[in-house]
Amino acid sequence: MSLSYVSLLDLAVVVVMVTAALTLWRQSLAAAVKALAVQGVGLAAVAVILGAHRHDLVLVGVGGLVLVIKAVAAPWLIGRVVAHDHAAREASPLINVPASLVGAGVLTLLAFAATRDVVALVGTPAGRLIPFGVAIVLIGFFSMVVRRRAVSQIVGLLTIDNGIALTAFLGTSGVPLVVELGVTLDVLLAVVVLQVLVAQLQRHFNVHDLDQLRDLHD
Amino acid sequence: MILAILALPLLAGAISALAPWRRGVALLGVASLAGVLVLAALIARASLVVAPSALGGSLGADPLSALMLLVIGAVGLLAALGGVRYLDAQLERGACTPRQASLYAALVQGFIAAMILTVLARNIAVMWVAVEATTVVTTFLVGHRRTRGALEASWKYIIICSVGIALAFLGTMLLYVAASHGHGTASLDWATLVREAPHLNHAVVRLAFSLIVLGYGTKVGLAPLHSWLPDAHSQAPAPVSALMSGVLLSVAFYALLRCRAIAVAALGTDFVRTTLLISGLVTLGVAVTMLLRQSDYKRMLAYSSMEHMGLVCLAAAAGTPLALAAVLLHVVGHGLAKSVLFLTAGEIVEADGTSQIAGVSGLLVRRPALGGLFAVGLAALVGLPPFSLFASELGVVRALSAAGLAWVSALALAALALVVVGLSAPAARMLLGPATTAPQRASFSFSVPMGVALGALALLGVVAWPLSSLIHAGAAVAL
Repeated sequence: MSLSYVSLLDLAVVVVMVTAALTLWRQSLAAAVKALAVQGVGLAAVAVILGAHRHDLVLVGVGGLVLVIKAVAAPWLIGRVVAHDHAAREASPLINVPASLVGAGVLTLLAFAATRDVVALVGTPAGRLIPFGVAIVLIGFFSMVVRRRAVSQIVGLLTIDNGIALTAFLGTSGVPLVVELGVTLDVLLAVVVLQVLVAQLQRHFNVHDLDQLRDLHD
Repeated sequence: MILAILALPLLAGAISALAPWRRGVALLGVASLAGVLVLAALIARASLVVAPSALGGSLGADPLSALMLLVIGAVGLLAALGGVRYLDAQLERGACTPRQASLYAALVQGFIAAMILTVLARNIAVMWVAVEATTVVTTFLVGHRRTRGALEASWKYIIICSVGIALAFLGTMLLYVAASHGHGTASLDWATLVREAPHLNHAVVRLAFSLIVLGYGTKVGLAPLHSWLPDAHSQAPAPVSALMSGVLLSVAFYALLRCRAIAVAALGTDFVRTTLLISGLVTLGVAVTMLLRQSDYKRMLAYSSMEHMGLVCLAAAAGTPLALAAVLLHVVGHGLAKSVLFLTAGEIVEADGTSQIAGVSGLLVRRPALGGLFAVGLAALVGLPPFSLFASELGVVRALSAAGLAWVSALALAALALVVVGLSAPAARMLLGPATTAPQRASFSFSVPMGVALGALALLGVVAWPLSSLIHAGAAVAL
């Protein structure tokens, strides 16, 4: 029983981790959004597995909420932006794909180094996976820096958010529900605002690539 | 009282969003903010005796929160008055539809409500949720004019601030991880965390606090994640710039102060002091360098906000009761002075059609009231007596020296002196210079409230009345 709990949890975390790497690997924006949706499924699975193991119904419910927002609603909203983008590819990232994947590897090692004390403090099978949460945050950061399309930036932002949620699930015995709801609402609203903003930029100014936005500087 | 001050802007916002546009909607915003200011004053009085609370203690106002409520109310009222004028002008010019005017009014109220929730929340994760909500709400306000520049600024604003604030959430969660494996019960309640702090794992709290400084620092405008600030402040409508610079930055700084108190209780002062000193000094350096080379007066005011936030960050690093009292007085003074200046700058843009320093001249002759307000506002901002920023800057410098950081106070003084020089040349150019048009009177609906705000600053600077006891009580909370 406990072995299967641990291996299920490992599997779900690996799904989240691999999809984070996938968003860096694939240059097609549609593929990146799909990877983000699968990432949401993996994150929801982590919450449900932890909730089932701890007999914590609230956490299982939070998993359902994560599934609706992160795996369905947010990818759908971003997908609408992609549909209006003719060349829906990341044409010229600042760093090429193999180098970005090496970067992701380095960041993962960094995350393991930075969270040694946290892992030692938590000391549970779930806690030992915390470095992956932090690694996903760093990968999200990295992809926001090297990717120039508006959609890639939103995907990066949500990756960061998923990494933090993963860390919180693994490291604590459940965040208070009111906080979980507030955070989820914030994320959803932020995605809506970003989507509207990108749509306005595309429609009124025909801007798709953030390098085209260089009017403001000192 | 606690629930009323939160419900008032929410209610006004809902009415603004749902009712069809008429001028009364903008006036409703003014009434709502006047109500917030009155309630804030009542809460401030009460908080000196027993901190009022609501919802089973999950919302509450100790003197520190009460002081922030006063700043929100005062700056909010000035910005709401400015908002009426902004919307009138936009509608008259056909630059915005009635629908967009309603949206503006509703979002401003939502913005105020989110800031009120930030300072009332006792749970530090709820406080985070409220700070992030301010980002989401203000994005459309920054881009309200819908020009290419305004949309670029809103894009930068939401992306950089969301990423930054995400770091603060990671830090908050790590604090929670530490609390979950500490001595007592796991809690995100601020007072509990401060109490339990000595039992928290030091390494984890260090990591958490670094992330929190970087994260909330983004919204405060601390380097290195400050690049959204000059763009957003210069592109936003003037009343929104006034709100963001005058109070949003300090509300984010308030969140940082709360987390600082936990970190100090857990780690002692050394680590916290070093972190905040580095942050404050780098910010001050960047702000002064950029301020000196601006050709746009709104951007110049934006970098001046960074400079002031860098200064309060240094004072928080010193962390003595005197230093924290100076921080709070400075937050009040900067809030009032900067909102007057941004609103006046908005009127100047409206009159002259440019935000370039080189495009404005002879203001004191052409528009005596506007020019006078701008001149007096700048004098208050750079810390000339009798305005309260003189007292608070002196307090910061003295506190830094007393805390054994004389070299920092020397650097801060040098930065302040550079700012005086850097601001006076462009100000002289705009205010004096040859006048090109005949003198024009300013409207009383603008100059009277601005004059009152500057008068309050002078009063606060000379006798510290009526905030003295509140500021000292607030500083004791933040210790």
